[in-house]
Amino acid sequence: MANETKKAPRKRAAKGKSTPPDTTSDAKKPNGQLPTEPPKGTPDDADFRFYTKGGHTHESLGLSEDDLVGMYRSMMLQRRFEERAAQMYGRQKISGFLHLYIGQEAVSTGTVQALQPADPIITAYRDHGLGLARGMTANECMAELFGKIDGSSRGKGGSMHFFDVEHHFYGGHGIVGGQIPVAVGLGFAAKYKETGNVAVGFFGDGAINQGAFHEAANLASLYDIPVLLCCENNAYGMGTSVERSTAQPELYKKAYAYDMTGAVVNGMDVFEVYYAMSELAKQAREQNRPALVDIRTYRYRGHSMSDPQKYRTKEEMESKKNEDPIIRLKSYIVDQGFSDNEALDGIDEEVKQVVLESVEFAENSPFPPVETMYEDVYVQDDYPFIV
Amino acid sequence: MNRRDMAEIQFREALRAAMVEEMERDEDVFLMGEEVAEYNGAYKVSEGMLDQFGPKRVIDTPISENGFSGLGIGAAMMGLRPIVEFMTWNFTFVAFDQIVSNAAKMRYMSGGQLKVPIVFRGGNGAAGQLAATHNNSTEAFYTNVPGLKVIAPSNPDDAKGLLKAAIRDDDPVLFMESELMFGMKGEVSDDEDYILPIGKARVAREGDDVTFVAHSKSYWLAMEAAEELAKQGYEATVIDPRTLRPFDTETVLESVKKTNRLVIIDECSPYGGIASEVAFRIQQQAFDHLDAPIARVTAKDTPAPYAKNLIEAWMPTVDEAIAAAKKVMYVD
Ligand SMILES: Cc1ncc(C[n+]2csc(CCOP(=O)(O)OP(=O)(O)O)c2C)c(N)n1
Repeated sequence: MANETKKAPRKRAAKGKSTPPDTTSDAKKPNGQLPTEPPKGTPDDADFRFYTKGGHTHESLGLSEDDLVGMYRSMMLQRRFEERAAQMYGRQKISGFLHLYIGQEAVSTGTVQALQPADPIITAYRDHGLGLARGMTANECMAELFGKIDGSSRGKGGSMHFFDVEHHFYGGHGIVGGQIPVAVGLGFAAKYKETGNVAVGFFGDGAINQGAFHEAANLASLYDIPVLLCCENNAYGMGTSVERSTAQPELYKKAYAYDMTGAVVNGMDVFEVYYAMSELAKQAREQNRPALVDIRTYRYRGHSMSDPQKYRTKEEMESKKNEDPIIRLKSYIVDQGFSDNEALDGIDEEVKQVVLESVEFAENSPFPPVETMYEDVYVQDDYPFIV
Repeated sequence: MNRRDMAEIQFREALRAAMVEEMERDEDVFLMGEEVAEYNGAYKVSEGMLDQFGPKRVIDTPISENGFSGLGIGAAMMGLRPIVEFMTWNFTFVAFDQIVSNAAKMRYMSGGQLKVPIVFRGGNGAAGQLAATHNNSTEAFYTNVPGLKVIAPSNPDDAKGLLKAAIRDDDPVLFMESELMFGMKGEVSDDEDYILPIGKARVAREGDDVTFVAHSKSYWLAMEAAEELAKQGYEATVIDPRTLRPFDTETVLESVKKTNRLVIIDECSPYGGIASEVAFRIQQQAFDHLDAPIARVTAKDTPAPYAKNLIEAWMPTVDEAIAAAKKVMYVD
C-alpha cells in the first residue's frame, strides 16, 4: 500500500489500443467529435485511450443475442420508468428534486454489463438509471420516489438517494462531488480484502471541479486503488457548460496530472461503453490501478424538473436525439436479424406495464409510520433521541 | 477499582494501547491520517504502530482531509473499520462535508441498508497562542448532527476504555482528544479487555452545594475550582459526561436534584455550545429543583486571539468557574 515502495513505477498498459478513428482529432468541443488520437504535444508517458463510436460488433465484444436484448430491455426500463416518474412529478405524487437520466442509459447499461455483479458502484443524485440497471426493481424505486415505506430506503432517501447494497449499488448522493472520495474507499476496501473487485464511481462534469475529485484522484493513484473514476460528461452542470466551468474542458487529460490512464468514451453507444469499461476494469483488477473515464453523453431533459433549459438550443437537442442510444441498439439488433421491430416493441410494452404496476404499487404502499423517523439513524437501537 | 491493578501511562499511550489492542483483535481495523505512519504521529499517538502492523494497516495520507475521510467512509461501507486520525479537529472543516453529509447520514438515507463503523479522532480544543484557526473546540458543531456519536474523555483511563468502545461501535464515532492533554499521565486499568460504555457520565467528586459539569480539559479546571471552593467551605459535585452525544442527562439531573445549582464549563463558544444544550435540558427537566439560574463558563464569543493576555482572558478560567459557582450559591 502507500509507502511500501516509495516511488513504485506505475504499471502502465500498452498505449494506443483503441478503436479505428472515425473523425479527425480536433476535439475542442467535449460533446462534439471524440478525439481518436492524443493531441499534439501530449507527453510520451501519457496513457490516453479513445473509445469512439461504431468500432465494434457484438461478436468482437463477445456479446450474445440474449445479452443485446437484455441490454435493450434494461435501457427501455430506465427510460419508461423516468418518463412515468416525470408524469407523476407533474401530478405531485413525487416531490423534491427529480433529476432525469434520459439520454444517458447507455452509460449505466454498458457499465453494468461490463462489470462483475460484486463490483461496487456509486453515483451522484442522477441515480435512477444506474439503480435500475444494477437490479433495483421498479416497484421499490417508484415507492421511494413516492416517499412510501416500501421504497428502497423506506421513504427516507427519495430520488437522489437510491441504495441497493445487495446489488452492490452504494447510492445515490446529493452533494456534488462528495461521493468521489467514497468511491475510492470502496476500491480501497476491495484491495484490502483482496476481493478482486473494482469500484466504479460516477460523477458529473460539474463535479470534476470540486476539490473532492482532485483529492480522490490523487489518493487513488498514490495508493494503487482499483477504481474507475467515471465522469458522466453530459456537457452541462445545471446551466453551465463544460467550457464555461472548466479550464481544461478535455476532461480525460486531467488523468495525466494523477499519473493514471485517461479514457474518453462515446457514451451514446452502449457497445463502446461496454468495451471501454471492460478493458479498463480488467486493467484496474489486474494492476490495482485507477483510471479516469470521460464518458461523453447527453441528457435530453433539463437538469431537474424545474429547469427551463434556456442555456441550450433546440438544434443542439435535436442533433443529439439522432444519437439516441436506445434507437441505435434497436437498429443494430434488427439489422443483425436477432429480433424484429415488433418483438422489440413488445419488450417496450412489457416494461411500460412493469412501470405502470410500479405506480400502482407505490400508490398502495403506506406512508412510513411516524415512529420510523427515529429508525435507521444509528445501528444502536436504544439511542436516546431528544423527543 | 483496586489501585494496584493500574499502571500509570500518558494519555497518548492510552490511545495507542486502545488502537493496538483493537488492531490485534480485528484485521478489519486500520489507521490512516497525516504523519501517522513513518513520522509516528504528529503527536506521537501512533508511535511504533507502522512497525507492528505494516503499511497496509497504518497509512500515511497526503494533506487531504476531505479525500481521506471520504475514503475511510467508503471503506467502512464495505465492512472495514477505519480509524481516521485528524492532525487536529481544526482541520476537519475541510472534511466537514464527508463527516456530516456522508458518515452521519448514509445509514438513514439508505433506509438502514448501510452502516458506517468508522472512528474519526484527533486533538481538539484550544492549545495556547495558536490564534483563531488553530483554537477551535469543535464538539458543538458535531453534536448538532444526528447520526454521529461524539466522545471527549478527560483522562487516560477513560480514553482507553472509550476508544476501544468507539472502534467496536457500528456507528460513526468522533473522538476528541484535548491537544494539551496528550502528555498527561494517569492510571489506566490493566484489565485484559477494558471497555467503557459510550453514553455514561462519570461522577468524579461529590458535594452538596453545587454541581459542575465539564468535559475534556475543562474537567480539570472544574476539579481545581472545586478544590478551591472546598477550602472556602463549599462542596461541589463534579461530573465528567465523557460522551457528549448521546449525553447522560440522568446523572446530571440526579446531582442537580441534590445540589439545586449547576455550573457548566465548556471550551466551546457560548452560542449554541455544549453548555447551552445541557442548560436547556436541566431547566426543562429539573426546573423546580433549581435554586438559581444555571451558569456557564465558556470561551469568549469571539475568534481566539493570539496575544498571551488575550488568549488567557478568552479561555474559561478557574476563577470564572469559582465566581460562577458563588453566583449560583448566592454567596459574595
Ligand atoms: C456541493 C454542491 N453544490 C451545489 C449543488 C447544487 N447542484 C446540484 S446538481 C448541480 C450540477 C452538477 O452538475 P454535474 O456534476 O455536471 O452533474 P449532472 O447534473 O450534469 O449529472 C448543482 C450545482 C450541490 N448539490 N452540491
